[in-house]
Amino acid sequence: MKYNLDHLRELESEAIYVLRETAAQFERPSLLFSGGKDSIVITHLARKAFYPAKFPFPLVHIDTGHNFPEALAFRDALVEKLGATLIVGSVQESIDKGDVQEETGKNASRNALQTVTLLDAIESNKFDACIGGARRDEEKARAKERFFSHRDDFGQWDPKNQRPELWNMFNGRHNQGEHFRVFPISNWTEMDIWQYILMENIQIPSLYFSHNRNVVFRDNTFLPESEFLVLRENEEVVNKQIRFRTLGDITITGGLESDADTLAKIVEEVSVARQTERGNRADDKRGEAAMEDRKTQGYF
Amino acid sequence: MDHIDNTSDLLRFTTAGSVDDGKSTLIGRLLYDSKTIFEDQLEIVQQASSRKGLEHIDLSLLTDGLRSEREQGITIDVAYRYFATPKRKFIIADTPGHIQYTRNMVTGASTANLALILIDARKGVIEQTSRHSFIASLLRIPHLIVCVNKMDLVDYDQATYDKIVADYIAFASKLDVQDIQFVPISALHGENVVNRSEKMDWFQGSTLLNSLETVHITSDHNHIDCRMPVQYVIRPHSNEFHDYRGYAGRIAGGVFKPGDEVVVLPSGFQSKIKSIDTFDGEVAEAFAPMSVSITLEDDIDVTRGDMIARPNNQPTVCQEVELMMCWLDNKSLNPTGKYILRHTSNEVRAKVKEVRYKVDVNTLHKNEYDLEIKMNDIARVKLRLAKPIFTDSYSKNRITGSVILIDEATNITVASGMVI
Repeated sequence: MKYNLDHLRELESEAIYVLRETAAQFERPSLLFSGGKDSIVITHLARKAFYPAKFPFPLVHIDTGHNFPEALAFRDALVEKLGATLIVGSVQESIDKGDVQEETGKNASRNALQTVTLLDAIESNKFDACIGGARRDEEKARAKERFFSHRDDFGQWDPKNQRPELWNMFNGRHNQGEHFRVFPISNWTEMDIWQYILMENIQIPSLYFSHNRNVVFRDNTFLPESEFLVLRENEEVVNKQIRFRTLGDITITGGLESDADTLAKIVEEVSVARQTERGNRADDKRGEAAMEDRKTQGYF
Repeated sequence: MDHIDNTSDLLRFTTAGSVDDGKSTLIGRLLYDSKTIFEDQLEIVQQASSRKGLEHIDLSLLTDGLRSEREQGITIDVAYRYFATPKRKFIIADTPGHIQYTRNMVTGASTANLALILIDARKGVIEQTSRHSFIASLLRIPHLIVCVNKMDLVDYDQATYDKIVADYIAFASKLDVQDIQFVPISALHGENVVNRSEKMDWFQGSTLLNSLETVHITSDHNHIDCRMPVQYVIRPHSNEFHDYRGYAGRIAGGVFKPGDEVVVLPSGFQSKIKSIDTFDGEVAEAFAPMSVSITLEDDIDVTRGDMIARPNNQPTVCQEVELMMCWLDNKSLNPTGKYILRHTSNEVRAKVKEVRYKVDVNTLHKNEYDLEIKMNDIARVKLRLAKPIFTDSYSKNRITGSVILIDEATNITVASGMVI
């Protein structure tokens, strides 16, 4: 008998440890569920961590109102299957209440507005921990993120003043009004996620698989046609065989041409990819420190 | 699934380096040659490099993540980097090497199986080499690879390399490190990093990547002394699992099996393991670092913070604990203050009983006169605890032998400690 875990089992065990630690250290934890593959994997890990009990926190979806219908249907089916609680924070409501202003202009999106809705949801539900699917390999600011990441009572992240995190000891102590963001899959890469989905045969939305769709080619990516997409001069809608590598707000999530229609083919495609998965996300193209700036204010 | 290799394991290693010693170039080289850097990342780095007026691509821009780091051109925090080869997955804890960032080096070292020590071939073994090596040995990193870098600047000269190796071995005799390997490299030109150097055909050992891929890490966990700190009690309250009580935790040492006699600390109650459960079914054996849930034959009171061990092999129950401590906070240690000590899943209040000495991380000298413990200081300290904890020495088990201290007033983690 070889007392050794392969890398996916070791990452799985680490994530389960973090999830249990979150349930133990906080009074009102929650799991931020976007409907994307990373939050689906975390939900799967949460099932494992507390089995045979249900996981002791609700799923929270911050809804920009600009959704892929497939992603919403997937979310509702999963919630029903798990018997989980779902809390939805609506960006549309924040706009209607006047808490935020819709962006205007050429590259307007509701991406940054989510922060206000998210912090509102945290405050009104008195969450003291929000489990998220961010990974350190995604982006430079995220590479510096702790497993247990402190947020002050304005929801802000102070990257230069983070608590040291040694061994596997997580310090979640906080004052009233402050909260933590918890990232159980910090050490996973995009490849690990896909290999794990394949190994565990985890269900994911059909959008990740190759399919035909009406799209517009813009900023080097294929943006899906939707009621929110306004065509610009010289742009035309074409039908392409594409798939999505990440899922977010439909107005900013681009697809890539692909014939990968099975998990095995996706893993193969990811292993030879020459672009990062966030290369198709308009929200990250707003400058070198775009993510750092948003995170500092309380973004995911 | 034949095209996926799930049998590869995970190696965590740490690097420490100061400005100009080629650390960022080396990491960039490993990422680049293992094809981990994506085109769009490279494009951003290329653009940023030319904005700074550089002719070459500054690979350090890949690793410096925060705005203030890019502005100052230094790494100030631990950054984690990932790459994989067909043989192994790697996590790099990339830390700054300057003395004022000792705490970050300690943080990066705490989870590492292996440390890369970089030596500039022109400078040989210097203060910084000694500092990085001492921290690696203090944190009990089981494997060291000493890279003699910038060999291109000494004409790939074997005598220069041999002298540095001899100097290092003489110095390392003062440290407690079991496994040291050496490799002459040029990170800039990629000699002996991934590809074997033709310019240094006198070197018979492995390339750096080959050593990283083959170093034996299975025995880095303790598989002898059974320890499981209880993290969480699973009680489903469902019809199907009405009376189920699972003690969830991550195995910290030894191999647990159903039927084993166990003792629960601090109560001292004994029972037998009924089952070791996971979502994927019961397992016949559980060992570090598996996360499992243990059920016991007897209905005894077990809560978070308790430790499950074997009756004939128990951790030390102590209300006073001696540590090698690294101070992490801006505010110095308050010799009369009260702190919260965290050990595995257990928390107790703690007070300093005695500061024995500080260690100069450059010279390894013990200082028994200046006992003010400031940020980045390493000191031997004795603490008194409000309640007993159940420890092993750090040299025996890195999980049950480590603690952190938290300031009660600010909630900040102020120190890390290794049990002696």
